[in-house]
Amino acid sequence: MMRFVCRVLGRRSDLRLVLVLVLVFAFGILKLPAERALSVQHRQLHFRGAELNLDLREQIGQVGFVAVLSGFRSIVADLFFVQAHVAWERTEWERVLFLFREITTLQPRAVLFWDMAAWHMAWNASVAAMNDRTQPRLALRVKAQREYFALGKDFLERGIKNNPDKPQLYESLARLYRDKYQDHACASEFYAKAALLPGAPSYDKRFSAYELSYCAGREREAYERLRQLYDKGEAERLPTLIARLKFLEEKLDTPPDQRIQENVDSLNR
Amino acid sequence: MEGRHRIFSITRVFAITTNTLTELTRQKVFYILLIFALLLIGSSIFMARLTFQQELQILKDVSLGAMSILTSLLAIVATARLIPQDIEERTIYTILAKPVPRFEYLLGKLAGVLLLLAISILIMSAMFVAVLYVREQTLLHQTLQQMSAAPREQLDDALRAVRCSTFNIDIFPGIAIIYLKACLLASLTLFVSTFASTNIFTLVVMVCIYFIGHLQATAREYWLQENVAGFLTRIFLALVALILPDLQAFNVIDDIVAGAAVPFALFAKTAVLGVFYITIYTLLATFVFYGKEL
Repeated sequence: MMRFVCRVLGRRSDLRLVLVLVLVFAFGILKLPAERALSVQHRQLHFRGAELNLDLREQIGQVGFVAVLSGFRSIVADLFFVQAHVAWERTEWERVLFLFREITTLQPRAVLFWDMAAWHMAWNASVAAMNDRTQPRLALRVKAQREYFALGKDFLERGIKNNPDKPQLYESLARLYRDKYQDHACASEFYAKAALLPGAPSYDKRFSAYELSYCAGREREAYERLRQLYDKGEAERLPTLIARLKFLEEKLDTPPDQRIQENVDSLNR
Repeated sequence: MEGRHRIFSITRVFAITTNTLTELTRQKVFYILLIFALLLIGSSIFMARLTFQQELQILKDVSLGAMSILTSLLAIVATARLIPQDIEERTIYTILAKPVPRFEYLLGKLAGVLLLLAISILIMSAMFVAVLYVREQTLLHQTLQQMSAAPREQLDDALRAVRCSTFNIDIFPGIAIIYLKACLLASLTLFVSTFASTNIFTLVVMVCIYFIGHLQATAREYWLQENVAGFLTRIFLALVALILPDLQAFNVIDDIVAGAAVPFALFAKTAVLGVFYITIYTLLATFVFYGKEL
């Protein structure tokens, strides 16, 4: 052993090689804490949504995996998105679903992809399933339709999990509950959640109150929220808001002196 | 009067830098910008059938992705040629025969490549911003026309949606991080080329490092977890984690295009890590280059 060390030290080029290796490893140890700290921060900010592991390999196929490996997953996600667009035009729903699963796995921070995936499933594929002429049994058509609603809901829920700070997906989920499940309580809840987030449109708060006004047993709460909006001034006194307030006043039998002063003409304006 | 020879001279480094930049420019590396321009135009035509949010998302993805790939490629290819070409053309002997320390020679060469990368990325960014601006103005004009009868609130929301889909201030730190990644790859290529015997060897090694570098974070996490793999696997993971740079740390652009904001602290940490990598790889390259027999 000693003879080997002496021989290495005796040759300057070998000594230099050993020194380079030592320096590379020393540098590696030095950089490790900084790299780990940066990774932690990335995760806290929901970056690196597509981390490499075996589960991901199974989900995204070979092309997607190579994309993640080479650092251009967003471009591959876009290519898959264009393929999904073509599949949608051909009404190949299974392919649309497969491609959107890959797209959202590759680019989980893109709200647009989650939203489009949910829209294709809950709105387009579900209608196609209901109008499927090859399936004569209504029960099976309805079953297929409900399955597509669930797929749409699943995309939005996973999208929210990956992007908890974006109001768009909460809005889409609220729309899905309202239009597809006729679940006004859930729709109201998700519009309210969207309204609390930065960058949310002003109508989210209003829509949440509208949806609540359709929930049996929660009329009083809905009335108070709508009245609060109405009292803010002219900008909030929109035809639907006034119509819902009048409906609730009738239902709650509000005393005439406490009712809003808008007349029917103002609704028709 | 002849001045005394100084250990380090910025003038000498600058002379090597400008010479390197001129050489690289003569090799028509700026054709890469033409590819970028074609990609921009091509993607714009291709996306005519999509909605404006989809179109802009893809435009930004393709442009910034292409910027990242092309600058990385340029950094590797341009740097891999530097030393072998100078040895082949024997210019290195003429330079080093003069009182030019090897450190200055390497620094000048690297600075030439970094300058080339900076020029390329500035031109690509200008093209990208111009295309984005033109699309934004067209879309705003169309929206105003289509929604002229709509209530003010709805019109404002629509216009805001268009503006949010186009410009995002976080794109600029994202581009800066792309540049840092290219600089890091250039310095690493320089280090590899100091002990490589051929140009091809450097390129092959760098392509491997590029791919494995994106896996480094995963390897590091597995290595640092306890009882997840056998002894040999852990040794291999440790080698990957210690030797290679974490290239995923510089891949924030995917998330920025998706709408994520980059806090200043994160940008600063990434920049410091990038500069740290570049410094270390340049020092290692110098150390090896001093021992190289020419």
